[in-house]
Amino acid sequence: MTANDPSPNHLQLTRDGQLRHFLTLDGLDRALLTDILDTADSFIEVGERTIKKVPLLRGRTVVNLFFESSTRTRSTFELAAKRLSADVLNLDISTSATSKGESLSDTLLNLEAMASDMFVVRHSQSGAPHFIAESVTPGVAIINAGDGRHAHPTQAMLDMLTIRQHKGRFEGLKVAIVGDVLHSRVARSQIRALNELGAAEVRIIAPGTLLPRDVESLGCKVEYDMSRGMKDLDVVIMLRLQKERMEGALLPSEREFYRLYGLNQEKLALAHPECIVMHPGPINRGVEIESAVADGPQSVILNQVTNGIAIRMAVMSMAMGGQIAERQQKSSERAQA
Amino acid sequence: MSVTETTVGPVMKLVGGRLLDGNGVDSSGTSLLIRGGKIAAIGEAADKAEADDVIQVDGCVITPGFVDLCCNLREPGNGQKGNIESETRAAAHGGFTTVCASPETSPVNDSGAVTHLIRDVAASRSPVRVLPVGAVTRGLEGDLLSDMAGLANAGCVAVGNGSRAVKNARILRRCMAYAQTFGLTVMFSPENQSLAADGYAHDGLVTSRLGLLGIPEVAETAAVMEMLLLAEETGVRLHLSQLSCARSVDMVANARQRGIAVTADVAMHQLVFTEDSIAGFDSRFHVRPPLRAEADRVALLAGVREGVIDAIVSQHQPHDTAAKQAPFGATEPGLSSIESVLSLGLELVERAELSLQQLIGALTSGPAAIIGRESALAGGAAADLCIFDMQQRWTPGPETLISAGHHAPVVGRSLPGVVRMTLVDGCKAWTSTAG
Repeated sequence: MTANDPSPNHLQLTRDGQLRHFLTLDGLDRALLTDILDTADSFIEVGERTIKKVPLLRGRTVVNLFFESSTRTRSTFELAAKRLSADVLNLDISTSATSKGESLSDTLLNLEAMASDMFVVRHSQSGAPHFIAESVTPGVAIINAGDGRHAHPTQAMLDMLTIRQHKGRFEGLKVAIVGDVLHSRVARSQIRALNELGAAEVRIIAPGTLLPRDVESLGCKVEYDMSRGMKDLDVVIMLRLQKERMEGALLPSEREFYRLYGLNQEKLALAHPECIVMHPGPINRGVEIESAVADGPQSVILNQVTNGIAIRMAVMSMAMGGQIAERQQKSSERAQA
Repeated sequence: MSVTETTVGPVMKLVGGRLLDGNGVDSSGTSLLIRGGKIAAIGEAADKAEADDVIQVDGCVITPGFVDLCCNLREPGNGQKGNIESETRAAAHGGFTTVCASPETSPVNDSGAVTHLIRDVAASRSPVRVLPVGAVTRGLEGDLLSDMAGLANAGCVAVGNGSRAVKNARILRRCMAYAQTFGLTVMFSPENQSLAADGYAHDGLVTSRLGLLGIPEVAETAAVMEMLLLAEETGVRLHLSQLSCARSVDMVANARQRGIAVTADVAMHQLVFTEDSIAGFDSRFHVRPPLRAEADRVALLAGVREGVIDAIVSQHQPHDTAAKQAPFGATEPGLSSIESVLSLGLELVERAELSLQQLIGALTSGPAAIIGRESALAGGAAADLCIFDMQQRWTPGPETLISAGHHAPVVGRSLPGVVRMTLVDGCKAWTSTAG
């Protein structure tokens, strides 16, 4: 596989097409994405039991490596790993080794030496999980928990699971993503997933300053006017807006943003009556979304959180399976040689 | 000059090669005689002459030695990345006989003392000519003028700001006006800092998909326009280093038509690779200016063919492993390139994107003219020569590369064109052991 290969599949899939890392949704086909959703569905039942554990990762060590702080994503990864019976280590790297001058590579090699089986990585640099999987610790399963502006594949998949639960399908769906797409790793992964799973239309609703260059090449249509953009929608996904966007002269004020791109009951009424409302959280009430909508009957925001654990259990167990299968294959090849 | 003019090499005769230079010489099977470090005779006169050393170079091309306008030798100050000895030996391996040393050293080459230091080290350790480029602003900080007259006296062939930007247009204008006083050429990499901001890759399809921070084309084109207008006003000789955008080429062509004294170069990797190369977050392709779209690559090539772009440079930037061992955006830009410039150029020739004559012109007479040097296969000219075999192939790798930096995108790839011999003042700066 050459360095110029735009698909990262040589990294994240084994030779027979099993997941061994989970870095991005780029290059993963509909069958595999559906497989992840189906596996997650089977784990939802585990969360409803009194004893919420299955032994799939018993004896395995999962390290949560959060180079960027996060409470919710880390908690759901931790719960997911524990429900799979793994030993879990949480490292908040932003305040430990790297601040003492240790390089990213050195930190990871040390953790690998402690016989870790899986790293769940969140990092502010786009491509950091690729770098780790390719150059640092290829023998450890890497799960991307969000890298820079690049990808947040478990978030996108839990969103897909939520959509499937409520709509039963992807074909024919009209989905809009509203807000700061430029800085959003979530949006990039969602656009990719929706396209692969067969959604009829993905609309981006945002002002020009919050759009990446040539965004339509990602597989979406741009709509500046939210009222027009809401028409016939089956799903509307609101993105979080960071306060610092005002300082960078990307937006004039929160008030103007809310007036133009905030979701209220009036705008929601323009969509299909059964349109569901999603948000990856944490929500800025009164900036992206009105409380009446966030807590209203069409909101599925809390379902998303519940599904987050099941999706992460699915991805972790599948990647661990692929990683183990590959280790066994390699050791049997060595034995034969 | 690093190589003493008084060196008198043996009388040497090159027999059976194809002579090719940037001034229209192109003849096969013609002998060339070297005496006293100079080209003494070509053709029949050379055939008849006696020589101590007769070298058969059948099938090889003999050109003037290549001239690199942008090379980072990393000395003084960055020994972990390379030094004058290692990088000039790499240059000789690449067929280069003259390299312009970037002022981006530590300390910065912003005083005659640093210029002398570089020249002294080069005189004792470099097999090729090292011509320093001085910093146009103190410490390359972009806000105070350097002692340009002193730099020129110490031997700098031009002044520039390396890959860094000058703070604002007012200071840029004064840099140009002051350099013009002494007839110095100014070399600038056009980049508007506020538009480039925190970017590190071409703002386009690939960065949008990968979520990498983009440098928009207008960061370069706005700077090119500003520099051209200021050059027109001040009358300075302006050299634009490492263009990366199609629009920049158009603007340079228009400026020349208006009579502005402007020249330009492009890095070889910009003619070969595009933004697609970074699709796998491959930090070997992290360069600045960034690799842009295919349309830009095509326009840059047309610029070279039409002579709007005068020179192809290596933009050699050797790095230690740690500099490239990080997520893409946290790595240092630049690649180790000087040993593969010719080979990549020959691939362009194979694909008919450039003629061999255009390639050699852009590596010899084109850049030489910008720094006021001669480059020709003619009697009396210095015997700075590159002798290479286009048919032979080689594979860059840790065993074959001489540079201290091994982060070249071509590592492990079979490339056409092996430099058999590099001569500086008639002395062997590089001899291939293979073939």
